[in-house]
Amino acid sequence: MMNAPLTAVQHDSLQKTDRQSQIVRALQVHLPAHALIWHAEDTTPYECDGLTAYRQRPLVVALPETEAQVAAVLKTCHQLGVPVVARGAGTGLSGGAMPHALGVTLSLAKFNRILKIDPVSRTAVVQCGVRNLAISEAAAPFNLYYAPDPSSQIACTIGGNVAENSGGVHCLKYGLTLHNVLRVRGFTAEGAFVEFGGEALDAPGLDLLALVIGSEGMLAVTTEVTVKLVPKPQLARCIMASFDDVRKAGDAVAAVIAAGIIPAGLEMMDKPMTAAVEDFVHAGYDLDAAAILLCESDGTAEEVEEEIGRMTAVLRSSGATAIAVSTSEDERMKFWSGRKNAFPASGRISPDYMCLDSTIPRKRLADILLAIQEMEKKYKLRCCNVFHAGDGNLHPLVLFDANDPDELHRCELFGADILETSVAMGGTVSGEHGVGVEKLNSMCVQFTAAENEQMFGVKRAFDPAGLLNPGKVIPTLQRCAEYGKQVVRGGRLPHPDLPRF
Amino acid sequence: MDPALSQIAERIRAAAADATPLRIRGGGTKDFHGETPQGDILSTAALTGITSYEPSELVVTVRGGTPLAELEAVLAEKGQCLPFEPPHFGPGTTVGGMVAAGLSGPARASVGAVRDYVLGATLVNGRGEVLSFGGQVMKNVAGYDVSRVLAGSLGTLGVIAEVSLKVLPVAPAEATLEFACSQADALRLLNEWGGRPLPLNASCWFEHGGAGILQLRLRGAVAAVEAACAHLGGERRDNAVAAADWQSLRDQRLPWFAADDTDTDTDAALWRLSVPQTAPVLAIDGNAPLVEWHGGQRWYKAAPDQAARIRDIAHAAGGHATLFRKPASQAGGDVPRFDALSAPVARIHRALMHEFDPHRIFNRGRLFADE
Repeated sequence: MMNAPLTAVQHDSLQKTDRQSQIVRALQVHLPAHALIWHAEDTTPYECDGLTAYRQRPLVVALPETEAQVAAVLKTCHQLGVPVVARGAGTGLSGGAMPHALGVTLSLAKFNRILKIDPVSRTAVVQCGVRNLAISEAAAPFNLYYAPDPSSQIACTIGGNVAENSGGVHCLKYGLTLHNVLRVRGFTAEGAFVEFGGEALDAPGLDLLALVIGSEGMLAVTTEVTVKLVPKPQLARCIMASFDDVRKAGDAVAAVIAAGIIPAGLEMMDKPMTAAVEDFVHAGYDLDAAAILLCESDGTAEEVEEEIGRMTAVLRSSGATAIAVSTSEDERMKFWSGRKNAFPASGRISPDYMCLDSTIPRKRLADILLAIQEMEKKYKLRCCNVFHAGDGNLHPLVLFDANDPDELHRCELFGADILETSVAMGGTVSGEHGVGVEKLNSMCVQFTAAENEQMFGVKRAFDPAGLLNPGKVIPTLQRCAEYGKQVVRGGRLPHPDLPRF
Repeated sequence: MDPALSQIAERIRAAAADATPLRIRGGGTKDFHGETPQGDILSTAALTGITSYEPSELVVTVRGGTPLAELEAVLAEKGQCLPFEPPHFGPGTTVGGMVAAGLSGPARASVGAVRDYVLGATLVNGRGEVLSFGGQVMKNVAGYDVSRVLAGSLGTLGVIAEVSLKVLPVAPAEATLEFACSQADALRLLNEWGGRPLPLNASCWFEHGGAGILQLRLRGAVAAVEAACAHLGGERRDNAVAAADWQSLRDQRLPWFAADDTDTDTDAALWRLSVPQTAPVLAIDGNAPLVEWHGGQRWYKAAPDQAARIRDIAHAAGGHATLFRKPASQAGGDVPRFDALSAPVARIHRALMHEFDPHRIFNRGRLFADE
């Protein structure tokens, strides 16, 4: 067999091995031995992020420890034409950090130092690999904290938060990552040092900081971030309200906002979700309710008292069947315990679940819930729902068994249906988890070919060679043609008069 | 597509075909802002009207040529507002101009800037394509945030045909407190207060008759504002009088901005310094500044030939300087309005503008003088 011609697969594999050795040799010049890994058993832990359904081993993983090393890795890869995928904690939920088969994964895990907490300017300067919660912990002695609090905050990094424009349960009142970051320091795809934003409230020229935040690592590599810190509210109290009808609960959300109240948090769980979390945390949730709202107020004692009174009145007049107001911090945490454990609770009642992340206008909350109930019948799968109701961001959890190929297939169709229905209702395919690789097809439904092409133009402006995290976020024209669905954007349906559900 | 938008797209395609420079114009109230406008006027005046507004969604979608005053009146009817208080430098200020200029008023340091409230936009790019980005919802990470980069783009990326903005309820209570203090004390106090859970909203320090005055506006829940007033002291101003003054500050109609008798120098330009709020009193000669944004925005009157020194001081403090208004004498025509960019950031700017406007027809040289 020695002289037999190579099969195509063997040929590719050999080319891949050659490429790998070439990259390793080039990077060894700049990185210490322990900062470069390429054997399959070592690179396997990097094959996916929090979206485990998509896996790909990278050719090489680089773990630089200094900015000079980051620049050197980028310059080297740029010279060799090697794709680079930056990676923080790998907690992302859309495959944004999924490696490139012929690329280098740039792990920024070692950039984990808090460089400065300045209580006077109320800012923190942190390296990109610092965990979200660690910033608030470091600021706590000054009665300050970093406001955006994604559920993964114990593990996710600020660099990843910048890449995804992460939100959390308090962003209606306190904003997203975008609203809480002053400056991003990092490198272009070519390895040139860049700063976006600054220590002042604005910077000259175009607001590139706004473009870089939420760009899923495709425009630049972040190494350091200046964030705003805000004073900790003196007090927070939470109302738990039950509703016997999802439409009444949805209307109550709109009524709270219409009354001029911006709650610190406004969350909703449907009946199946409530049952799942009650079984998990035993917090005493109302199992008969069709939907439960958690409505939080924070501020000074006087402010909270005033707001809780106004919110209670609105919820009552919206038809709440039961209302409880937390009287202690323990009780408040108990109210939240179920909401915060929605994902693990779902993991207990099903072998697998798929979490969606679309956003709709608030007024359509009940409509989407009812539409999802119909989809449960259509796809013969169960779905539990938790919503950041205050900002219309949905997290339906579709329950399925990944070992059953048909269930997996139906689950994917279910998910795509939810996303496309959300877009048709005037919403978006991703509120906070990002597009990554997961929602590329759904982007074809939200954006026209010309819009996607303009976004490729943005990519080219930052990264002309297209080497930073290529293939994510923006679908190609060909991909959309193959997916074969048209743009269904809210208000632009071809036949808006037709009933859809 | 509606006729007004089609006409604009058609005009752009024609201009692109023969590389005719276009100068995008709303109300023309900020013609002074940025480098000298060039090209044939492309008016957005026909793009008017509020496309959708549902107060319970906290979102309004409005066409670019709509007068800002008209939008604000509609919001006020429902007890809502644009919290960043965009300036009106004339009666014709449009919503598109507000976004393109990216300027925010007195509340900016506490509540955020224009860009923080942009949720989505429809623009016509330099190929005459009508494109929409972002949306009408608070949380949206589908694709790059192209709509937000339009804020402050000075029309260099395209015509802002429509924009969706987050709006907020008008605060239930408001109060203005006045303190007699030096600039240094004002900066110290503002940064100290900023670290406490107080309903700060806007501040303004200036000198009057040689004495320093700090005015502080609080906005929030009734209980919070009353508690803060009791706690902070100072002299409480009449709300109606104070409101008029805050509006004059927003629109630069306060006496400080006018050329008065102490300001005999007709060569004095208006400089805007954007610096960290904690930057100390800056060593710039001449009249005392007017300080806003809790120390983050400082206005100075100085001749354009002071540019190098002023820019050095701003950089050293961690910020940047803009020659906001030219002097009455029009001196210093060759002084760049904005600070220079670093080489990699300048390269990205050029490339980005090329991607949106490949034939270089929009507001050529407005952000940075033509090369």
